[in-house]
Amino acid sequence: MSFPWAKQYEPTNPLMKYLDEKLPLPRLVYNAVGAGYPVPRNLSYMWNFGVLAGFCLVLQIVTGVVLAMHYAANDAVAFDSVEHIMRDVNWGWLMRYAHANGASFFFIVIYLHIFRGFYYSSYKAPREMIWLIGVVIFLLTMATAFMGYVLPWGQMSFWGAKVITGLFGAIPLVGESIQVWLLGGYAPDNAALNRFFSLHFLLPFVIAGVVILHIWALHIPGSSNPTGVEVKSESDTLPFHPYYTAKDGLGLAVFLIFYAAFVFFMPNALGHPDNYIPANPLSTPALIVPEWYFYPFYAILRAFTFDFILPAQLWGVLAMFASILVWFFLPWLDKSPVRSGRYRPLFRKFFWVLMVDMAVLFYCGGAHAEEPYIMISQIATAYYFLHFLVILPIISSIEKPEPLPFSITEAVLGSDEKAAQGDSAGTAA
Amino acid sequence: MATTTDTADTVVAEDGVRRRDFIEIAAVATAGVGGIFTLIPLISQMSMSKDVLADSTTELDISALEPGQSIKAIFRKQPVFVRNLTQAEIDAANAVDVDDLRDAESLADRTLEGHENILVVMGVCTHLGCVPLGAAQGEIKGEFGGYFCPCHGSHYDTAARIRKGPAPTNLEVPEYTFTSDTTIVIG
Ligand code: HEM
Ligand code: FES
Repeated sequence: MSFPWAKQYEPTNPLMKYLDEKLPLPRLVYNAVGAGYPVPRNLSYMWNFGVLAGFCLVLQIVTGVVLAMHYAANDAVAFDSVEHIMRDVNWGWLMRYAHANGASFFFIVIYLHIFRGFYYSSYKAPREMIWLIGVVIFLLTMATAFMGYVLPWGQMSFWGAKVITGLFGAIPLVGESIQVWLLGGYAPDNAALNRFFSLHFLLPFVIAGVVILHIWALHIPGSSNPTGVEVKSESDTLPFHPYYTAKDGLGLAVFLIFYAAFVFFMPNALGHPDNYIPANPLSTPALIVPEWYFYPFYAILRAFTFDFILPAQLWGVLAMFASILVWFFLPWLDKSPVRSGRYRPLFRKFFWVLMVDMAVLFYCGGAHAEEPYIMISQIATAYYFLHFLVILPIISSIEKPEPLPFSITEAVLGSDEKAAQGDSAGTAA
Repeated sequence: MATTTDTADTVVAEDGVRRRDFIEIAAVATAGVGGIFTLIPLISQMSMSKDVLADSTTELDISALEPGQSIKAIFRKQPVFVRNLTQAEIDAANAVDVDDLRDAESLADRTLEGHENILVVMGVCTHLGCVPLGAAQGEIKGEFGGYFCPCHGSHYDTAARIRKGPAPTNLEVPEYTFTSDTTIVIG
């Protein structure tokens, strides 16, 4: 599962020896994030975000369990119970702001993690399974965050729940029955709030389980790296500990600085003020938008304004789901044998065009549903799908990649004498 | 951790401590101290919140309380008994030799000066916390005419002192004051 030169766990302490025989947990840790896990020596800071995402998940679970001790999932008192957390519970304000901003930072980290995957084509063989599991994690996290946002039962909570479950109402024939079934009512009410709380509590633990699968799948081929060239010999790797524990530790410290700046100095900057108005089923806020991290997908949803065989509403819903589901097919849409964008001049340009396109979608998703934003979202949506379904396959067949370094060692040191002499200790699994 | 093969590591200071050792200890110590500080809010959030603390006094009007009658009120989410003792009950309490009691207290110790007939006690059995009987009309008052705890049979006398049964101490007298002749504030 690992490279042949990986260090072996050899406990010397009799207690640790005993534990290793009965329950080799320290061995597992040693082989997963310890000196026993050889990692390419050239990982950049873009490889920090997986660990940071794991940190965010733990952060959300810890602060979430605390909030759940004080929160009451009942439509009559939910809003007040959140205010109770803010005013009465010791450090409740900190717990809530840590959780709400934690969700935003979770998404910042996950997006950077995914975009890293785009640029370095981390989704390519032998890492397809890691990628597929990652997309599942992203979908689960979106569902969790959506349901969490409903819990404070403010205006945005209520209308968010109504609009998002309304997406299912767009399905022909059975749509309305599905929506009513999801909500347990004609509109979001106590039944919906209770089930959302139950699922919001459950899903993070499901995510934690799927994350374990993600890391398990990762440890079979090991991490890729900025050159995209597979590990060839021992000189291409470093033990995870202390090298990457230290590097990830520094990344975590920098992350915490930004995170703390938001939690302590602008805790509501990423939220929507209307959610401090209690839910009112009789009045919709003037601008109804989801949390910022859903903006690009919300723009795609709203881009469809005309019926074409199917009703416009249904197109919007299908396109929104498709815009994420298309990621599942990336390993097979991008056929180029070269991974890293560093050696793919054409691919690299279109990667940045896609980033700009997503930024445009992001902007439109947060804007009022009026011109010119509708037309801009339509163009940006069309380009988004064009990128994945047409441009990417074409690039990968016509592009002439730049020369790759012989090995990671060569890329780092300028030469790799041992490997050049054919003295490599082994090849990548 | 200190046995890596890095060129920077070969620069060993005179006392054998490398710069990296210092950086490592400083970094891990900072993270450790920070981690410990984050425990403060995580633990403190479980203790009483401000609304619970704000609810911690109870005001009672006892103007309608005739001798021989009791009222049950709620103080800090627990029952409190206020009894206007009859002369016979006062005499019965004072007839006992305090030194013979499990928890030696006189009636005067357990009431406020000038209001010896008003006995305020927590309605929480000192054994394991059940609510004793005897405050409401028609309830059993036990062998000593005060309170009786049905859970494991503790008998309290007219001064609510433990006389028989497993309870270790007398029913607790909470802190209270008279703000007027007929108003008491507990807590
Ligand atoms: C994947 C991890 C999680 C994400 C992305 C997430 C996201 C969110 C979001 C966006 C909110 C609304 C914030 C607000 O405006 O108040 C929220 C609220 C809440 N979450 Fe989570 N959450 C996660 C994990 C958890 C866990 C594990 C629990 C409990 C076991 C939990 C319990 C709560 C509670 C009780 C609230 C409502 C209180 C409040 O609004 O502050 N969360 N969550
Ligand atoms: S709790 Fe009252 S006698 Fe045991």
